[in-house]
Amino acid sequence: MTPKYETHENDVLIIGAGGAGLRAAVEALAQGASVGVVCKSLLGKAHTVMAEGGIAAAMCNVDQADGWRTHFRDTMRGGKFLNNWRMAQLHAQESPDRVRELEQWGALFDRTETGDILQRAFGGHTFKRLCHVGDRTGLEMIRTLQDRGVQQGIDVYMECTITRLLKDGDRIAGAFGYWREQGRFVIFKAKSVIVATGGIGKAWKVTSNSWECTGDGMALAYEAGAELLDMEFVQFHPTGMVWPPGVQGLLVTEAVRGEGGILRNKNGERFMEKYDPKRMELSTRDVVARSIYTEVKEGRGSPHGGAFLDISHKQAEYVKRKLPSMYHQFKELADVDITKGPMEVGPTCHYMMGGIRVEAETGRTSVAGLYAAGEAAAGLHGANRLGGNSLSDLLVFGRRAGLAAAEHARAVGGPAVDSAQVDEAERQLLAPFERTTGENPYTIHGELQDMLQALVGIFRTEEDLVRALGELEKFKARAGLMRVEGSRLFNPGWHLSRDLQHMLVVAEAVTRSALARQESRGAHSRIDFPKTEDAWGKKNHVITRDGAAMRLVEVPVAEMPEELKQILAEDK
Amino acid sequence: MSDVTMRVFRGDRDGGGPVDYRVALTPGMVVLDALHAIQAHQAPDLAVRWNCKAAKCGSCSAEVNGRPRLACKTRMDALPLDKPITVYPLKAFPVIKDLVTDVSWNYKVNAKIPAFTPRPDVKWKMEQRDVDRVQEFRKCIECFLCQDVCHVLRDHGKKEQFGGPRFFVRVASLEMHPLDSVSRTKLLKEELGIGLCNITKCCTEVCPEEIHITDNAIIPLKERVVDEFYDPLTMLVRKIRGAKRD
Ligand SMILES: Cc1cc2nc3c(=O)[nH]c(=O)nc-3n(C[C@H](O)[C@H](O)[C@H](O)COP(=O)(O)OP(=O)(O)OC[C@H]3O[C@@H](n4cnc5c(N)ncnc54)[C@H](O)[C@@H]3O)c2cc1C
Ligand code: SF4
Ligand code: SF4
Ligand code: FES
Repeated sequence: MTPKYETHENDVLIIGAGGAGLRAAVEALAQGASVGVVCKSLLGKAHTVMAEGGIAAAMCNVDQADGWRTHFRDTMRGGKFLNNWRMAQLHAQESPDRVRELEQWGALFDRTETGDILQRAFGGHTFKRLCHVGDRTGLEMIRTLQDRGVQQGIDVYMECTITRLLKDGDRIAGAFGYWREQGRFVIFKAKSVIVATGGIGKAWKVTSNSWECTGDGMALAYEAGAELLDMEFVQFHPTGMVWPPGVQGLLVTEAVRGEGGILRNKNGERFMEKYDPKRMELSTRDVVARSIYTEVKEGRGSPHGGAFLDISHKQAEYVKRKLPSMYHQFKELADVDITKGPMEVGPTCHYMMGGIRVEAETGRTSVAGLYAAGEAAAGLHGANRLGGNSLSDLLVFGRRAGLAAAEHARAVGGPAVDSAQVDEAERQLLAPFERTTGENPYTIHGELQDMLQALVGIFRTEEDLVRALGELEKFKARAGLMRVEGSRLFNPGWHLSRDLQHMLVVAEAVTRSALARQESRGAHSRIDFPKTEDAWGKKNHVITRDGAAMRLVEVPVAEMPEELKQILAEDK
Repeated sequence: MSDVTMRVFRGDRDGGGPVDYRVALTPGMVVLDALHAIQAHQAPDLAVRWNCKAAKCGSCSAEVNGRPRLACKTRMDALPLDKPITVYPLKAFPVIKDLVTDVSWNYKVNAKIPAFTPRPDVKWKMEQRDVDRVQEFRKCIECFLCQDVCHVLRDHGKKEQFGGPRFFVRVASLEMHPLDSVSRTKLLKEELGIGLCNITKCCTEVCPEEIHITDNAIIPLKERVVDEFYDPLTMLVRKIRGAKRD
């Protein structure tokens, strides 16, 4: 043990206080475990708070014909069949109960005429399926879970950043981090650790993601020996704001299209008729994002390089009631009244389908005692996620990971913390302070974002991806020499210096996987391999650490039981 | 476009003062963009909280030209640009560093409030018109601007006796939940000190979510406290009718 550090001990340590982390915490606590939750921001500010459109669950409150089977089928089809079928099945079966639970803990969803939870249409969902609260569903979810967790007695360590997972031999032992407020180091000792750190969007220039989304958990798990799955699948949401510059990338919820919004190019053409005449604006996100991108590229874009999204044909009062935050967002930040005229929108880096490879039932990784859930984990969404399927993912698999982590903690003894690992983690963090010369992390980050945006974006080619790998090597070298100014007290530059290392790991994993997959599928579009190939549909990509090098292997997609195949075959 | 001067508080628990930075204006720029530009090019250690950049998370609260506001929602072009724009941390809470303040007290107050407790064997049916009012309260993004502006906290520092408008909103969201079964009026009176509020409405004016904090939350709660403590009969009748929803 290293007595020189403040140390906290819990049965289950959860890294991340978004929907996945909090749902896991509530469950682990219900199992009798002592639970600690660490997060980089204040409690209640995690990325989940920004989710707008809703939670997908086949409650059948609006469309009685819905059911888990249809939800399962939609999810698999949306994911182009690369999904882990078992996760897709559990998700479809369990999400209605998870939503009801939220209601029982105090969440207040919009209602139907008969007093049930109202559901709205969303891209790729056959039926009206998204339970929502106007366009602030994430806020409702995170508040409900946070209050529940706090009332039940979780230990919350907020504004604390984990920079390394600690191991005791092959098993997990806890994590090392620092309090952002004073820059003081801290050790968390735990029998089980759940990574629920969310996405990676901040590695790209145009993104809907907050500063927190730097792929920390994926990089930390990878460094601790866990596997990363299907990292090539990065979702570009079709509708981000494009103007003014300060809000570029900010999300325009799919609920705008769910409520009847129409996309047009500068000639006033409803261009989705060309790309997906059947589903039009409510096609899946990969298709709509590529369509907008193509329109712009071929010279039919809006003045600031996007498409027009129009909801002004609906009653102004209705728009304000169903999409209040969109109304305010455009009015206040872009001087556009969406009840009177169109918005300008374009693709924005939004969601990571890939992530830590987990077992479907438990969220268990290949490292004993290490679990993952939420956006940081992979499997459910395959090659493309349907809107609304993330919030339900957080609830279903957050709960399952919490359950399994608590069971594991009951079964094992306390781990030992290895002081050599702690010392190394400390050295790594302090190095940028010790240099008297070196670049500012903001400069490197900005250029990394530009590079990924240009070379590892919506459309990819071998040439670009190979170049990107070369560029990444240079970025790594530069990051190894960067310098941080100021003190350790709440220092965002210092924080970014560590985040940058995580982004570099994740970016390399994305680029390598994208280069290897010689086809186009879901969110992964290769200009040099435009077709979707059956043979590739049978393969997932797994990345592991091999010394200092990254190793990529193909693994077969798990075979689905006959009855599930039946479901997929129905209603073509 | 032209440059503008940002006069930003730099300092920590031990003190500090304003520092001027010149920032190039861009179209549609908000105060948070200007702070980020300072971070990227001039002061990488400038501490400011933010997450969503879309007025959804309530992280970026600060006092801009003396007024509590969300930095991500405050347009530069709505401020007079011929003078320096001042950006200070929230005054009601202790400074940690620069624009970051210690708001942990709020989390402690929140933890005192009894959770939503549904009536036994309720049917989970609610009409939209019954939830409308509670949904207004649940829009709160916990920016704590209302806490900052309320004189009971800001000028009188009564953090021991007073919960502040944010938590009256939170209590209102529970008390007026159509299916909730417990009463929090004693807490309001004795621990959250609702009596100290003299309905100045300053909190309502700064709320970025446009929650009618005083009219819709505080005043009805004050009435409940009066009913329960000074007019037990009305309260009894209300209880018998099971009419928490009045
Ligand atoms: C604008 C927007 C709207 C969306 N709308 C919807 C929607 O309507 N429906 C839907 O289903 N999905 C939606 N999504 C997607 C969905 O919101 C996210 O995928 C989901 O919220 C991720 O949740 P999470 O719990 O996995 O992680 P997050 O909510 O991102 O939380 C991650 C947590 O991990 C912590 N963390 C990260 N790294 C560290 C570290 N190193 N140390 C300590 N803590 C760390 C963070 O502080 C944070 O608490 C939307 C996404 C965006 C950006
Ligand atoms: S109305 Fe009451 S709570 Fe609001 S600012 Fe005035 S005194 Fe404070
Ligand atoms: S009530 Fe309004 S001002 Fe107060 S914390 Fe909530 S959102 Fe902010
Ligand atoms: S950054 Fe979220 S409210 Fe300003």
